[in-house]
Amino acid sequence: MTASDRRSKADRIRHVLEAEGDAVAANTQGFNAGRYESVADLEAYEDLKSEARAIKKDAIERLPELIDELEAAVEANGGTVYIADDAADANAYVREVVADRDADRVVKSKSMTSEEIELNEALAADCDVVETDLGEWVLQLAEEAPSHIVAPAIHKSREAIADLFNERFDPDEELETAEELTMFAREKLGEQIADADVGVTGANFLTADSGTMALVTSEGNARKTVAATDTHVAVAGVEKVIPSVEELAPFVELIGRSGTGQDITSYVSLLTPPVDSPTLDFQSDETGPAADRDFHLVLIDNGRLAMREDDQLRETLYCIRCSACSNSCANFQQVGGHAFGGETYSGGIATGWEAGIEGLDTAAEFNDLCTGCTRCVNACPVEIDIPWINTVVRDRVNLGEDAELDWLVDGLTPDEEPAGLDPQKRLFGNFATLAKLGSATAPLSNWLADTGVSRRLMERFVGIDRRRDLPAFASETFRQWADGRPTVADPEREVVLFPDLYTNHVQVERGKAAVRALEALDVAVRVPDVPASGRAPLSQGMIETARRHAEAVADGLLDHVEAGRDVVVIEPSDHALFQREYERLLDADRYRALADDSYELFEYVYGLLANGASGDALASGDGRRLAYHSHCQQRTLGVERYTEAVLDDLGFDVVTSDVECCGMAGSFGYKQEYYDVSVAVGEELTAQFTADGVEDRAVVASGTSCLDQLDDLLERPSKHPIELVAPTARAERVSGD
Amino acid sequence: MTTDHTTLDRFTERLDDFDVSHTLTTPDGVPDAIEAVTDLPAVGVELPDSLGRLPESVETDPSPSDLEAAVTGVTAATLGIADYGSLVLPSTPDGAEPASLYPDRHVAVVAAADVVPGMSEALARLGDRFRADGGDAIVATGPSATADMGALVKGAHGPKAVHAVVVRP
Ligand code: SF4
Repeated sequence: MTASDRRSKADRIRHVLEAEGDAVAANTQGFNAGRYESVADLEAYEDLKSEARAIKKDAIERLPELIDELEAAVEANGGTVYIADDAADANAYVREVVADRDADRVVKSKSMTSEEIELNEALAADCDVVETDLGEWVLQLAEEAPSHIVAPAIHKSREAIADLFNERFDPDEELETAEELTMFAREKLGEQIADADVGVTGANFLTADSGTMALVTSEGNARKTVAATDTHVAVAGVEKVIPSVEELAPFVELIGRSGTGQDITSYVSLLTPPVDSPTLDFQSDETGPAADRDFHLVLIDNGRLAMREDDQLRETLYCIRCSACSNSCANFQQVGGHAFGGETYSGGIATGWEAGIEGLDTAAEFNDLCTGCTRCVNACPVEIDIPWINTVVRDRVNLGEDAELDWLVDGLTPDEEPAGLDPQKRLFGNFATLAKLGSATAPLSNWLADTGVSRRLMERFVGIDRRRDLPAFASETFRQWADGRPTVADPEREVVLFPDLYTNHVQVERGKAAVRALEALDVAVRVPDVPASGRAPLSQGMIETARRHAEAVADGLLDHVEAGRDVVVIEPSDHALFQREYERLLDADRYRALADDSYELFEYVYGLLANGASGDALASGDGRRLAYHSHCQQRTLGVERYTEAVLDDLGFDVVTSDVECCGMAGSFGYKQEYYDVSVAVGEELTAQFTADGVEDRAVVASGTSCLDQLDDLLERPSKHPIELVAPTARAERVSGD
Repeated sequence: MTTDHTTLDRFTERLDDFDVSHTLTTPDGVPDAIEAVTDLPAVGVELPDSLGRLPESVETDPSPSDLEAAVTGVTAATLGIADYGSLVLPSTPDGAEPASLYPDRHVAVVAAADVVPGMSEALARLGDRFRADGGDAIVATGPSATADMGALVKGAHGPKAVHAVVVRP
């Protein structure tokens, strides 16, 4: 990306933030909170997710066979099936159906697949097309695109909708409340549905055994769209087929809870069309026999069968489009689908859909908004590893890009990644090299980095936003400090403390504190000579570089593991890497060996205390009041509770944040084009930490990025919690205490 | 098939959660129970014998304009789903689907014996039926609703209020 591309991207995002950010945040955060509440009541939640995933996996594996079975079932019921290769093919077929029917008006219930093929545009020349979902109708009137895959108009406030209606329809009395707007729309749309000839719906699921389709809705417009028209056309991607009616159960239980946080939506229509209801002719005021009804199922490939052959993108086809990965995403919560989305789809999984359907270029436009925080991973009802799909697509984008080599960065970072790699990605991906150089030349490197001239150069050449403080490299690294240092003789246990990049070069104090805390609990500590984890290159989509790091880290640590030493990790994003992504980077045995024996620092301390070590050796909390922000990836693994438990046990009085992510996410917040999103996300966190009763609490956070973000946005300092817990001189504790 | 006490309790609790009011009655009490919650004009479809009969005031075989004018629609539900307080509404040649959809108030009559504990039990029953002779069912939970206009509003395109008449022998 050139400097001016970056600036215009930053401008675009800033515009969306300003125009739509508040409405999007209020809605998505409401859905997200609803999800937590609703799934908490569902006893078998985890089992249902696994069941749902297994059904989708099986269905996609057997897809050709299931499509045949579905086709036979629909035809036996009296319907017609058309399998369309692409959008043009599908649209041509629907146009034919509409022409045969001599239809003047087509009414539609909400369907993302019809948005994907741009069906409305294709039909517009032949007839009137009316969206009957209230949100879609608002967008049709406003000529805007959906900003969310389930609730398409969340970017519009009630006031904006009222203005739109009042201006367009000039009603006798100005419309104002949500109730008035809804009743007005209901009446207008009711008239349009009554004299429509063809009804178009999507389908959330199709069952091959019976030819039944499931439609998940709330308003009742899909019911009317089907009941009031004689000809029903359903458009659906081929991936919507599942084997049997019974297998709908986990999806029906999960889709509403995962998406908008409703236990179930008002209507789940299970239709085996043509439906058995009489036809309704509102003009002649007559009903007719159900036998007059006609049904067409248009099954659309449009890239899906190729995705099915693609080992990395295949999982995308499991997606049931519930929107959990949008609502749980801290970045999406700020910008919505107009910035975090492609031609049709939005949110985390959109990268997979858009890459498969539209191509890499479209996915590349917004893919960087996934920071890999993983907060969507546990929320996805079909257990898709959404961040991994984003990483893979980013890697493919990198490989496909042939930007010019940048002398500045190329000189800094000799690397085997493709020559055309974006210089910004190359810089952040090779942060290990930079950090080494930074420490070796500190404090000179820090002074240099801080001058106005070099900040301007950095912004221009690699897009590091100059409003961000840069990390200050320590001249003595953590490993240098630990080297040759005597540790506990005759210890209870032995650990290797992983010297992550940030602890080693920047946050050296938290490393020292971790050593002191572990030693106080009678644990001997070694700090091994191993390279960086590979988190930095992986974030930039540099999978091969990350793999080399992973192999080298495993080489360096597994000998210790074999010798009976436990691996302890301070940086949560590196601990998460060992637990999650290394599975994709290492062979299975090496991955398992390392994952099974590596622990997040507080998880380990908790284990020691639970197994009889005495907490007396650690600093006691004495009721000291703390505000704690755990790291996003730590929470996905469920290990943040150990920090909370240990702090609690030691007598600290802790309140915790409940935002999904701090918004910094490694390099993300440093990038010029994303600075504003990053700060908007961070402000949700700092709002919690400056609220009444919290504003005077000392701030602790586990992740490097979170600490960077908090330091930039809060007036008071923040520390890693180990620095409060380790036995130390009072002066070293959080200042101001 | 009998439904045990706890399943029925769970069903009525969940009806409450979704703002669906209900009456428990016997087949003989059905006409009165319906009448008590019916505002006129009312349309509906004949109930299966085991569920009692419609009150005289409910007009069957409605024309499209009757549907539009009706304030109340009365239809039978084939199943109730206890975990969700859902009523499973069939589409029938005599027009159960439009009668349950167009009027502002829907009154659903369901046999206590047809209340199943959860979603899997409901779909197991429907699966056999759909495979044998097609068929349609709306799993309806609470009134129709939308949040698209900036706040939750009941009665988007479908009914604003729902009442269940649960029939015990
Ligand atoms: S990827 Fe998962 S969470 Fe995201 S929309 Fe699809 S099913 Fe929902």
